[in-house]
Amino acid sequence: MTLRNLMMTAATCSMAAMPALADINIGASISETGPAAFLGDPEAKTLRMEVEKINAEGGINGEQINLIMYDDGGDANKARTFATRLVEDDEVVAVIGGTTTGTTMAMVPVYEDAEVPFISLAGAVEIIEPVNEWVFKTPHTDRMACEKIFEDMKAQGFSKIGMISGSDGFGKSMQAQCKGVAESSGVEIVADEVYGPQDADMTPQLTNIKGSGAEAILNSGMGQGPAVVTRNHTQLAIEAPLYQSHGVASKQFIELAGTEAAEGVRLPAAALLVADQLGDDNPQKPVVQGYRDAYEEETGEDVSTFGGHAFDALYILKAAIETAGSTEPAAIRDAIEQTAGFVGTAGEVNYSAEDHLGLTLDAFEMLEIKGGEWTIVE
Amino acid sequence: MSELLQFLFSGLTVGAVYALVALGFTIIYNASDVVNFAQGEFVMLGGMITVFTYAAGLPLPLAALVAIVATAAIGVALNKLAIEPARGAPVVSLIIITIGASIFLRGVAQVLFGKQIHRFPSFSGDAPFRIGGATILPQSLWVIAGGIAVFFALYLFFTRTLTGKAVLATSNNRLAAQLVGINTNWVMTLSFALSAGIGALAGVLITPITNTSYDVGIALALKGFAAAMLGGMGNPKGALVGGILLGIIEAMTAGYLSSQYKDAAAFVIILLVLFVMPQGLFGAKQTERV
Amino acid sequence: MRLSHKSATLLVLIPLIVLAPIFFPSSFYYRVGSLIFINGLAVTGMVILIGYAGQISLGHAGFAGIGAYSCALMPVHWGIPPVLAAVLGAAISAVLAWLVGRPILRLKGYYLAVATLGFGILVYMVLTNETWLTGGPDGMTVTDSGLRDLAESVGIDLKNSQFWYWLCAIVLVVGVWLALNLQDSPTGRALRAVHGSEVAARTVGVDVAKYKLQAFVISAVYASAAGSMVALQNEFVTPDVAGYMHSIEWVTMTVLGGAGSVLGAIFGAVILTTLPQVLTAFAEYEQLLLGLIMMLVMIFMRDGLLPSIMKRIRGKDE
Repeated sequence: MTLRNLMMTAATCSMAAMPALADINIGASISETGPAAFLGDPEAKTLRMEVEKINAEGGINGEQINLIMYDDGGDANKARTFATRLVEDDEVVAVIGGTTTGTTMAMVPVYEDAEVPFISLAGAVEIIEPVNEWVFKTPHTDRMACEKIFEDMKAQGFSKIGMISGSDGFGKSMQAQCKGVAESSGVEIVADEVYGPQDADMTPQLTNIKGSGAEAILNSGMGQGPAVVTRNHTQLAIEAPLYQSHGVASKQFIELAGTEAAEGVRLPAAALLVADQLGDDNPQKPVVQGYRDAYEEETGEDVSTFGGHAFDALYILKAAIETAGSTEPAAIRDAIEQTAGFVGTAGEVNYSAEDHLGLTLDAFEMLEIKGGEWTIVE
Repeated sequence: MSELLQFLFSGLTVGAVYALVALGFTIIYNASDVVNFAQGEFVMLGGMITVFTYAAGLPLPLAALVAIVATAAIGVALNKLAIEPARGAPVVSLIIITIGASIFLRGVAQVLFGKQIHRFPSFSGDAPFRIGGATILPQSLWVIAGGIAVFFALYLFFTRTLTGKAVLATSNNRLAAQLVGINTNWVMTLSFALSAGIGALAGVLITPITNTSYDVGIALALKGFAAAMLGGMGNPKGALVGGILLGIIEAMTAGYLSSQYKDAAAFVIILLVLFVMPQGLFGAKQTERV
Repeated sequence: MRLSHKSATLLVLIPLIVLAPIFFPSSFYYRVGSLIFINGLAVTGMVILIGYAGQISLGHAGFAGIGAYSCALMPVHWGIPPVLAAVLGAAISAVLAWLVGRPILRLKGYYLAVATLGFGILVYMVLTNETWLTGGPDGMTVTDSGLRDLAESVGIDLKNSQFWYWLCAIVLVVGVWLALNLQDSPTGRALRAVHGSEVAARTVGVDVAKYKLQAFVISAVYASAAGSMVALQNEFVTPDVAGYMHSIEWVTMTVLGGAGSVLGAIFGAVILTTLPQVLTAFAEYEQLLLGLIMMLVMIFMRDGLLPSIMKRIRGKDE
């Protein structure tokens, strides 16, 4: 009895959310809460804000977007359920999301089965290699971040690297990718340590790295861990310079780590963080400034590159629907694949049948923190 | 040698964090035999309320005081609204109630404070002390001192004050306690206020080290719970020693064995200790009443 | 004539499972149904542990992790078919539960809780850390079990979510039937004696340790099977399946619904599995509401939802 009642309630709820027929249903499953909330929260806020903006400006091809967004809490099984719900119940024409690689990979079979285009916001290279007809992604891959960092380390004359990684999906995935490309990048990993995402102190790991003869240290991680690592790095007065990953890419990191401790930390990041320092001829400048100002005004929080990934995904999708002139999932997919010269927060995106990432290493800027501000390394 | 010392300092820092959380469990457990799984949320509230009152312009000590008092009030409310009405329910129901409370408080914090990570400055700056080639931050000393102070306060409270003895009596036998004139309702209220207050104090002390956000409570409660069980539940000495021990085991494992498995090592040792001493290191042996 | 407890349970359960799809507006509801059945299977095991034997575990998701990763790893590394891997996974879980259970079950109350919690976390950590084997936190793909193709070849052509609805339902019903048989067996009576008072049970000659261990092993097999079903259905698995939050979730479902009976616990699984889906309309307040509901049910219906509702209905009849 009650089972049925509940099902009915669930049905009515989703009915209530059901839009008028002319609307475009776009789905999203984002990790707004849970261990990846640090990434998912700005993504969700960005999608809500930008969809509202697009609708206020008349929507896509005159039709309003109906954004149906669920919070999967970073749990792959939940994400899979929401993917089924988006496809079967909400009848979306395209999906944005999968904050983490785990949730993304859990959802892929559903979208593939239902033939619905899917733009992921997660980092790992497995998402687009091998290329899946229906799956795209907007962030740089972890492997690219590793290559960019190693390139800079080599240029500085460092060849022995100590790694310290968070044990969450983000940290572990990047750790694996960096170890994979270390040899081809000409660096040697002499220490490899791990910490829990909410650990209070990483000095034992850093002490071991210090004793390993590492000439530079790379921390792959996101959230609060990197702030603690940065403070501990200063506390131990380690001479080897500290590189952070693209996982700390918001101004908040500098506040959490403290201006003094963060001084001199380098990391690869999209142009979004240094919008004002870009040259006036840089086509990205108006895009990233516009998004940053809008986001910071709307939320009162610092903009992060993660929100930028969602921004890029939404506008790539919008452009594709406009080009396709149709809301048929297959037509949208084809149009997404033909995206060329799209200027977003992550760089210039050129998708093709062989490349569902569409970014090159140039899209990354190498940044250094100086006096509490991000600056572009020349 | 300086390595060992550094690992030890790290262990003491982390261990003091665990000990402070574990101490918070003690009073409620002593008064009601309930392990309050919302204890981690008290720690979170202590940190978060301080962050926001400090950002609003209050001086740090005052902001911390506001946070502790406010959290204590939330503790009392939890007792009055959720624990007292469930009087007499089996322990497993009470566990579910406190888990529910923890999810509820986390949900409220998420709506009120957002999901950002926050921090406020250390009390005495960030310049580390150097001892024998190793370093420790002044804030770590604050946390360690806080843990020891709370321990002594609790120890004196339970052994030297009438109220503290009333708490223990209530735990032992509620009916008998009532018969000798102890106001057991008041004892419960007081216990929740104190536990929540200690939790909030922990949050205030550790936030400059660990940072805080709406969901830090789960991990802290888990480790604090493990530390309390390692030491023996309900005994302030057990909470302090269990916490510090857990921190040192983690730091030594990370330093000498594998940083991947430091949490695993901690739980393996807890399992081993419990196999040999089923009541934890300092827990009282209990016999079942038939 | 009064129906036996066993027939009554199955007479309620089976028609509900068969008739529910009539009210499904879309095939997404089959997916939710299959999740309810998987959780239902796990909590049926928890009833044997909590309800029959009176023991607590905060680590049973660890066994689910073993079941799930058996299905993921064995086909890749040893070419074992996924379905057989699920059976082997259950066997591994049983052996592990037997090994771990012997020392652990000497502990009582919260000490048992923290020991089982530690066990679950150890399993979770291995799955997370051994990236070379398990793919780490990002998880790994599970080989297609081929069950749906098999069904298709004998003429049962169902959509993916429908297929898993019915398969999970069958597994659940079998699991419940076995649990009910256990309850009526000498073992079941011995377990109830243990639950009532260990000391009393011991004095009348019940081998308390043996029966507690049996309950622990059986419940571990149920959890392992639930984990395998998740892996086989999703064809993808992450270490989350072994996370302690899932262990706590299962205990909560069991106690919230009513730990005293299989039907009560399954009712708890229904509520806690559908609730997050219903609450998506209030996304921001989901956690807050979930916590509130847990507290309210336990305060006002302390025997659990189902027994309290039944009592109210019966009370009105008399």
